[in-house]
Amino acid sequence: MAEEKKLFKVTIDNITIEVEPGTTILNAARKIGGEVAPPAMCYYSTLKGSGGKCRTCLVEVAAGSTADPRPMPKLVASCRTNVMDGMIVKNITSEKALDARKGIVEFLLINHPLDCPICDQAGECYLQDLSYEHGEEGTRYEFKRRTFEKHDIGPYIQLHMTRCILCYRCVYVADQLTQKREHGILDRGDQSEIATYIHKALENDFIGNVIDVCPVGALTDKTFRFKNRVWFLKPQDAHRDCPKCSGRVTLWNRGDEVFRVTARKDQWGEVQEFICNECRFEKKKTADWVIEGPTRISRHSVISQGHYVDTVEPRETLPAVMGGRKPKLLMDINNVSEVNRPGIDLSEIQGPAHSMDFDSENIKP
Amino acid sequence: MGRKLLLEKAQVEGIRNYDVYRREGGYRSVEKAFKEMSPDQITDEVKKSGLRGRGGAGFPAGMKWSFIAKPEGVPRHLVCNADESEPGTFKDRFLMEFIPHLLIEGLIVSSYALGSHLTYIYIRGEYSWIIDILETAIGEAKSNGWLGENILGTGFNLEIYIHRGAGAYICGEETALLESLEGKRGLPRIKPPFPAVKGVWDRPTVVNNVETLAAVVPIILMGGEEYAKIGVGKSTGTKLISACGNINKPGVYEIDMTISVEDFIYSDEYCGGIANGKKLKACIPGGSSVPILPANLLLKTAKGEKRIMNYESLSDGGFAKGSMMGSGGFIVLDEDQCVVKHTYTLARFYRHESCGQCSPCREGTGWMEKILKNIETGKGKMSDIDLLWDIQRRIEGNTICPLGDAAAWPVAAAIRHFRDEFEWHILNPEESQIRNYGLAHYADPLEPAVAAV
Amino acid sequence: MTNIFSPEKLARVKELISHYPEGKQKSAILPVLHLAQDNSGGWLSTETMDYVAELLHILPVEVYEVATFYSMYNMKPVGKYVFEVCQTGPCMINGSDEIIQYIQDTLNIKVGETSSDGLFTLKTVECLGACGYAPMMQLGKFYREHLTKEKVDAIIAECRKISAANN
Repeated sequence: MAEEKKLFKVTIDNITIEVEPGTTILNAARKIGGEVAPPAMCYYSTLKGSGGKCRTCLVEVAAGSTADPRPMPKLVASCRTNVMDGMIVKNITSEKALDARKGIVEFLLINHPLDCPICDQAGECYLQDLSYEHGEEGTRYEFKRRTFEKHDIGPYIQLHMTRCILCYRCVYVADQLTQKREHGILDRGDQSEIATYIHKALENDFIGNVIDVCPVGALTDKTFRFKNRVWFLKPQDAHRDCPKCSGRVTLWNRGDEVFRVTARKDQWGEVQEFICNECRFEKKKTADWVIEGPTRISRHSVISQGHYVDTVEPRETLPAVMGGRKPKLLMDINNVSEVNRPGIDLSEIQGPAHSMDFDSENIKP
Repeated sequence: MGRKLLLEKAQVEGIRNYDVYRREGGYRSVEKAFKEMSPDQITDEVKKSGLRGRGGAGFPAGMKWSFIAKPEGVPRHLVCNADESEPGTFKDRFLMEFIPHLLIEGLIVSSYALGSHLTYIYIRGEYSWIIDILETAIGEAKSNGWLGENILGTGFNLEIYIHRGAGAYICGEETALLESLEGKRGLPRIKPPFPAVKGVWDRPTVVNNVETLAAVVPIILMGGEEYAKIGVGKSTGTKLISACGNINKPGVYEIDMTISVEDFIYSDEYCGGIANGKKLKACIPGGSSVPILPANLLLKTAKGEKRIMNYESLSDGGFAKGSMMGSGGFIVLDEDQCVVKHTYTLARFYRHESCGQCSPCREGTGWMEKILKNIETGKGKMSDIDLLWDIQRRIEGNTICPLGDAAAWPVAAAIRHFRDEFEWHILNPEESQIRNYGLAHYADPLEPAVAAV
Repeated sequence: MTNIFSPEKLARVKELISHYPEGKQKSAILPVLHLAQDNSGGWLSTETMDYVAELLHILPVEVYEVATFYSMYNMKPVGKYVFEVCQTGPCMINGSDEIIQYIQDTLNIKVGETSSDGLFTLKTVECLGACGYAPMMQLGKFYREHLTKEKVDAIIAECRKISAANN
């Protein structure tokens, strides 16, 4: 007889949901979606052991559980902390968490080269997004940025160690997807680096996936290097019969030309199915693939840039989160516009709106 | 003369050898524990004793023991943390070097209490000659029937092995230590799960400091309640203090936690006063991680009471006006010392020892070091002080393990109490390269506390 | 696999592995690397580390990761005598800076360098747990404490003498 599973109630930023025991705060927040989900630079749900390192997903736990409602003394890494029944979590409603996150962004950037103009990751870089959404303007760092000796890790993958934020995702990929890991984190502290030690090319059928899991431009596709900016390309879902992997990929086209092939990613930027090196690096002709259609791209992404009709609208959760209050930063349009006075619902106006529609007699009380 | 429980016999000629140690009453606690007590009774005695972890955090040892999970068929382990690396701390080294059998004895009793048949001593790699001393002691204990199979006919088996580290302060953090014991890089684990549930090789594990485990011996011999009568409040028993810096008699001292800081520094029994007739400027009372205090706040609490060498009194006033007992590394600075430079060396230490796993510590420790170096070498700016404050604030509490806090606190406390010295450095870039700020007003009497209404 | 270790050393490796539960031989990596470093002139070459990986049945990269993490392993050749002088707070306030300067001047090398005769390497290290006996350095297995310029001179002379006697 199947026992009915007791679900845990957790409240994150004033929104309560029920999740299965064993769910992390981050995954519970992702269920709510939108801004409530903390950013995650190192956690990767499909990579065992990942998470906890970058500290961008820190949240405040205002109440541990119904049984023990004491707040947790420190901010916790939401990706590695399981929810408890009755837990109350504050993410974007916690000044403490937002301040800490600003600090983390600053720490991640002090030694980052900020070479976005020549970085192939630009436009799909999670550090760019993170800095834009959570960082502060300017830097207070006045020292020479860290550099590393260059390592060539083979014909397919380009390593830029200066851009690395040491999320360890690529190490987990090599550990969990390939038979024999050849690269790792060497040295320690602020000198830690990704390397093979023996200047060796990474060789494995699935090692190319390190490119997709890398949140920044530390590991990029050498076959795509400097070929194009991602926002000039058109992503399309495609597949082929591949003996090694599922063969389900995203093609990045310009016209008929395939500039690069990546795995398909979900709304959190995580690869759905890892693909093999052959699909990624060798199949650069449209004829190699069966095109399924345009890839759905988040409306907020620079890649969407108005090219596509089929963009995904992120769920706007701010009003719910703020307990009905309007976010301070957003302008109250009614105060500045005669047009959008309360009582006029633009969506109910048939056809194009005219000045007539805004005459006072047409406004519902 | 304070009561001695651990170092009482340290001066006995040849105490390092088994025969002398045994003749002086060694291994009696094993006999008592194995013949008269059950493992749970031992844990109870340790609980009653109020013994707090001597490694730095001060967590009640008996409670830690009681948390150990006991799943069926899964071995449990005791690991002795001898990775003593906190600047200012060298007490465990003294204990292991001079009376190694005391640690072995404590380990046997504790292993029996916890059900560990395979116990490790994780010792810092640099203490290489101590490894030989311990291995000899383990060999002697084994050949005399205190280790091995069926000890004292109880059916209890135990092996103790030494695991040599290789130079990493972070391995003193218990989960990093366990990673290192598994043959990996010493990266602290994210808790939970705690070692008591999933420790080394995913087995329930207790990690205790050398001094903590040695203290189990007197606790068993005299009983937990008797032990708890020594000291005061929640600071029970005796504590080893390693005193260093500008004092006449640096060394390791055993104190019962009732003597005042002033007596400890100035009495001939302990530090013997400040060296070369100088004046006391500042002190870090519990190892480099704990807040530094100026002389006036060190000797008396903000309330105007005498500060005592125990957990409660040293932390009286919180971080704003107090410090911590920490690991008992007592670093004394005289009037000629430069707090900026000292803080810089500590920042360099923490940058060097950061494992690099999580971003605030990896990036923040290096940043603080660079700024402090600038200030120290006369290249600082006034805004650097506030920047330093902001950096340490954003490291503290936001890291995986306490190394972030340990790196942040010394900087915070130095700025809090010695801000004028930092400012002087910045405003007098040339002069600060030739002379130090000196004692300034750091030893001036505190303003009398306002009586609570 | 060509053996770098003598049969006695291999027996010691076997014994070290036996300290850990079945299948957990990776735990022996730190002690085995110490053994390997002592065996090969005080540093770890790629060949030595690959050999250790084979002995412990682990991937070479696992050895590289560990060896580069811990400060006691030298990844480059070092002199016959390595002076590891502590420079952290308690040693600093007792004059470690002057000792380091003195060694640099006397041996005509900078921190991190090896003297031209290959005898001495000078390294600065962080706290070695001898704060009450500062300033200090580690030389081989032992600590040299309460250092003064005279003591440094004596230590250098002692090393030269031992080295000459062994040649």
